[in-house]
Amino acid sequence: MPLSTQSQGDDEQYVLVANLDNARNLSNILKAITFKDHAIFTATTNGLKVTVEDSKCLQANAFIQAEIFQEFTIREDLVAFQINLTVLLDCLNIFGGTTTPGKIHKNKRIKKKLHLRWDSTCFLSVFCDAAGVSTALRMCYKGYGYPLTLFLEEGGVVTVCKINTQEPEEPIDFEFCSTNVTNKVILQSESLKEAFSELDMTSEVLQITMSPSQPYFRLSTFGNAGNAHYDYSKDSDMMELFKCTETQTNRYKMSLLKPSTKALALSCKVSVRTDNRGFLSLQYLVRNDDGQICFVEYYCCPDEEVEEN
Amino acid sequence: MHCIVTGGNVKVLAKAVHSLSRIGDELYVEPQEDGLALRSVNSSRSAYACFLFAPLFFSRYSITSGDNFRCKMAIKSVQSVFRSLTTLEKTVEKCHIDLDKQKDRLTFTLHCKHGLLKTHNLSFQDSESLQAVFDKDSYANVFRAQPRLLVDTVVHFPPSLDEVTMSVSDERMWVRNHVEDEPEASKAMLTELCLASDEFDHFAAQAHNSVTFCLKELRGLLVFAESTGLPVSMYLDEPGSPVVLSVTDSVLEGNFVLATLSDDPSLRKNSSKGAHTAAPPPPDDFMNDDMDSYLIAMDTSIAPGPSNTGPPPPSLSGDTRSKRPAAVSHKARILIEEAEEEETDDLDRLPNKKFRSLFFGSVLPPSSQLSTQPMTSQEVLASDSEEEN
Repeated sequence: MPLSTQSQGDDEQYVLVANLDNARNLSNILKAITFKDHAIFTATTNGLKVTVEDSKCLQANAFIQAEIFQEFTIREDLVAFQINLTVLLDCLNIFGGTTTPGKIHKNKRIKKKLHLRWDSTCFLSVFCDAAGVSTALRMCYKGYGYPLTLFLEEGGVVTVCKINTQEPEEPIDFEFCSTNVTNKVILQSESLKEAFSELDMTSEVLQITMSPSQPYFRLSTFGNAGNAHYDYSKDSDMMELFKCTETQTNRYKMSLLKPSTKALALSCKVSVRTDNRGFLSLQYLVRNDDGQICFVEYYCCPDEEVEEN
Repeated sequence: MHCIVTGGNVKVLAKAVHSLSRIGDELYVEPQEDGLALRSVNSSRSAYACFLFAPLFFSRYSITSGDNFRCKMAIKSVQSVFRSLTTLEKTVEKCHIDLDKQKDRLTFTLHCKHGLLKTHNLSFQDSESLQAVFDKDSYANVFRAQPRLLVDTVVHFPPSLDEVTMSVSDERMWVRNHVEDEPEASKAMLTELCLASDEFDHFAAQAHNSVTFCLKELRGLLVFAESTGLPVSMYLDEPGSPVVLSVTDSVLEGNFVLATLSDDPSLRKNSSKGAHTAAPPPPDDFMNDDMDSYLIAMDTSIAPGPSNTGPPPPSLSGDTRSKRPAAVSHKARILIEEAEEEETDDLDRLPNKKFRSLFFGSVLPPSSQLSTQPMTSQEVLASDSEEEN
């Protein structure tokens, strides 16, 4: 449901305006990277990138392309700010957040057109959509030092949230480039979800072995009870792509990788890549409510040097 | 040892492990000639369970004959192998169980669909054999029922309820919660169910007994029985003698042996020492729904008897009566042969436990059975190490 301004006057003051008919298309993706309170928002003409980091060893990025938004207007080349992600999510879900598309609320079947007087300079027209309940979002940012303003509407009720922004920190550049990638696999998330849900949490590390020969792709844990290995064969029908050039075994802190399970749960495919330094890149392909594709990626530093065998 | 479990049997094995986890914290594994035995016992030794999987249960079962190997491990680790039962059902094609004695590891390898292989290397400790001695065939009362009947019965009792009393007569079985030492007995909630003999597949009550045992462990068995659909057989004898519940089919046998209170309160009216000739509880008490008389019966003054001393003779279950006179302090035992003389000391050490120790048989040559180690601990051949990576 579009929230559009009748008057164009106010738009000029914003460096970033983004409209979404369904706020869940943003909030769901953000949930996949909410393991820390603060996130860096970076907007370009391509869209929005939200970055969360942990202890300089882990970085998660969520990409929401401009095409996902019903309107995405940016007046500068790059707009960046830091914001409390937990608060942002709370605001995005202010109408409950658990509504699913198509769920009928009492008076939703009525097509209404409401005019709301908002500030003396413009009017807001609000249309209620007959189908389903979703929260509409209009996100506006005036620039450095200004708060991020969210207009959220559901069922004719409009909520305005203003969240303070901070000076954005520079996201870490993990210098992970495709030319240095030694091993890459693309798996269907279904099977990986099963493995991740069963991982022995008493293990401090998750060891990932990728090899052109047996065991091909292996996740290992070393816990109190003993060790466990999850092996994916390269011929498995869950394996969409298998390109491993050398045998590599790397360990990553379990506590760092555990949050990626949320992204895994949302995704349908995941690509696992390691480079010559043992850095790990996990890229998740997520389909939102409307079937559009967004990406979430995680970068993680290896825990220690492991003898390559 | 090397064995392979395929198809639906993987889930049965998993269910058995989960069921045993309701009894104790450790799983005792013993590959025998007649099958793989998985056992567990609780810390106060008042509940014991054993599942024996015949060689035919496995698509391959090979053990080194003559090698009396047995081990124990934390049951949680084995449960983590079989964590999600629904996933097991859908994706696991077979499960290999291999023993690596050199590395002290038991390896569970699950071959799943889509080319996924899950390998769990679990560390174990050597252990004594754990074997309860009971002779269920000699028991006076034998019943067999579909698990549904028992599940529907226990659902009426709150999950927090510890003990339940089963009383039988010729035609009926009563199940009620056990309320004891309640200062205000009239404020306690009493729940009682009556099951008629025709609800059972088999009902043979030769002695009208009433036994009280722990409900939690019974639920453990029911979890298994319900999922496999196997009928549950119950063997009851007089109070003090353990109650045995078992499920059997052609390839597996599960036995749960639960200690019972050795003296039923309603029998305290007889202050006889030989409590084995207990008078049957008058069925009319229950038939009349006469709570008052029931409560009065509960409230009977405690018959003076010798305290909890008196070394029990190292004999089989048939002799429970001779060692337990009116055990007002609620010591019940399941007798399992073992080092005997030390028990009483151990009993004194566990004053708060209602159910006393089970004595476990050591399947060692007789000479070593005269060890004087205390009851509650078993000889551990390997150091009790937690870190077994």
